[in-house]
Amino acid sequence: MADVTCCNAGDWVEVEAVLLEPAERASGLPPETAEKPLVMWVKGFARRAAALGGELEVETMTGRIVAGRLSAVNPGYTHTFGEPAPELVHVGRDLRARLAGCRAAESCVAQDAASAPTSDEASGGEAWW
Amino acid sequence: MVVTRVEKIMARRGEIMKRALGMDYAEFERSPIAFDYEGMMSAHGYSLADITRIQTSAGVGSTPLLELRNLTDLVRSYAEPGMGARLFVKDEAANMAGSFKDRRASVSIHVARKKGYAGVIAATSGNYGAAVASQAARASLACIICQEAFDSSHIGQPEIIEKSRICEAFGAEVIQMTVGPELFSYMLELLDQTGYFAASLYSSFGVSGIETLGAEIAREMTELTGAPPTHVVITHAGGGNTTGTARGLKRAGATETEIVSASVDLSGLHMASDTDFNRKSFTTGHTGFGVPFATWPDRADVPRNAARSLRYMDRYLTVTQGEVFYVTEAMSKLEGLERGPSGNTAMAAALSLARDLPRDATVVVQETEYTGAGKHHWAQLNFARAMGVEVRAGDPAENVPGKAIVIPERPEQIRAKDFDLARLRRSYIRNALSHAPGSYAPTAEDVAFLAEDTNSDAETVERVIAELKEA
Repeated sequence: MADVTCCNAGDWVEVEAVLLEPAERASGLPPETAEKPLVMWVKGFARRAAALGGELEVETMTGRIVAGRLSAVNPGYTHTFGEPAPELVHVGRDLRARLAGCRAAESCVAQDAASAPTSDEASGGEAWW
Repeated sequence: MVVTRVEKIMARRGEIMKRALGMDYAEFERSPIAFDYEGMMSAHGYSLADITRIQTSAGVGSTPLLELRNLTDLVRSYAEPGMGARLFVKDEAANMAGSFKDRRASVSIHVARKKGYAGVIAATSGNYGAAVASQAARASLACIICQEAFDSSHIGQPEIIEKSRICEAFGAEVIQMTVGPELFSYMLELLDQTGYFAASLYSSFGVSGIETLGAEIAREMTELTGAPPTHVVITHAGGGNTTGTARGLKRAGATETEIVSASVDLSGLHMASDTDFNRKSFTTGHTGFGVPFATWPDRADVPRNAARSLRYMDRYLTVTQGEVFYVTEAMSKLEGLERGPSGNTAMAAALSLARDLPRDATVVVQETEYTGAGKHHWAQLNFARAMGVEVRAGDPAENVPGKAIVIPERPEQIRAKDFDLARLRRSYIRNALSHAPGSYAPTAEDVAFLAEDTNSDAETVERVIAELKEA
């Protein structure tokens, strides 16, 4: 619904509202924050038809009535996993090879792990059949 | 002088929070510095067994404790002969909403329902929002989550956007906001407007809920290895995780276990900066929360914070973002555990710690968190690059928070750094003194309180007070 530019009453929408203008913001903020308004977005059911950017009220999931400008109609999520990081793709291969190598050389075998009985040891070291 | 909207609501903070928490903190105050911490913690009247019952009926806790044999052997492949502790993890991602935060939320929601509140509100961009939303849904309570989600260009970190999504999936009303501490004053307005319960991360309800995690670890490690763990590594931000876990371990008799807190080093980045906001890949478990909350816990949204990490911390380790991403990938490939990066902060520190411990030492990483689109190391590295942060392979010692994420090339490059606890203690004492009236002289009771609150002794506290006076 990315191309939708207006909503009808009852549609699930998102509104945007300025909570604090820069002059109203808390003291002690870094300048890059202090010079910007504090803005909020919330989703709810439109109480009337409106165009994107137009004023309207929504009824949120808790039943609150919140006024703002229409910022999205039927808003969804598009975050992803994305591409693998080239710096990480080799990690699994390299570490598995390394483990196999040190286990073959018995340089890293966990004494404690090795002391846990294997199924062979548990049955006296011989195959049960 | 014009009174701003923020000042107006902040002036009513005490009154609003008293109603929203259903608890009067004034009765625990002893002086301008000291308060009755244990009295506050036990005021809810729930024993550890009561909390376990509350959590069991809420579907929370009793998560798997897993031995990480492959990571253990990996560490032993480069540790000195005879070194390389056994590694374990408590898979807290198995909780209903995907993290240990369910333990916190379950107790708060239980209290809210019992006291007759119609809904709950929490201010959090982290896993706690999902936990509160999930528990509120089960308890048929309305839920509002306030999140610091976007910079002023409406760009949000994928990890936080995923948290918005999951909270809405559980039926919460999510207020997404731009950067700034006024999130708290807006939460007060909402509490005032709705009459809902403040499901604070820092109330005694929430922090008591984590004690079951420590107790489970003590019991399960004893069953598995014959003794409680020698070390527990805890991802540290606001302090609740360290406090609750350590209290639970002690309650279960694990008094010798070393408590190691761990955070991602984000030094140099300003937590209220609109431009720094998206230059960090970790939204929690970092020094930007870990240090300020350790050195002044009462900066929280409750009058007295139940999370007082300095009381319990034996060591505080920092690791880099690149080290945590590397360990997240390694854990997935070697242990079949694909989990969220923030929760693996302690895992990165544990790998470094285990290397320097003998083979019979046992190191438990006490949590994992869920992963998924956005809340995943690939997504976060892609986002960091898009925000202009350099990502490269190399020596993680070259990491610069907000500028360069350096992914280790080999596991032996993972080296956690010890944060100086004496410096944290001193800073805490300075903060405690500065919050008392200027003319106030600390009494013997105050000194004893500060000694307890910093896990030190009266002599150390008195010396620091004297040094601060001279300075």
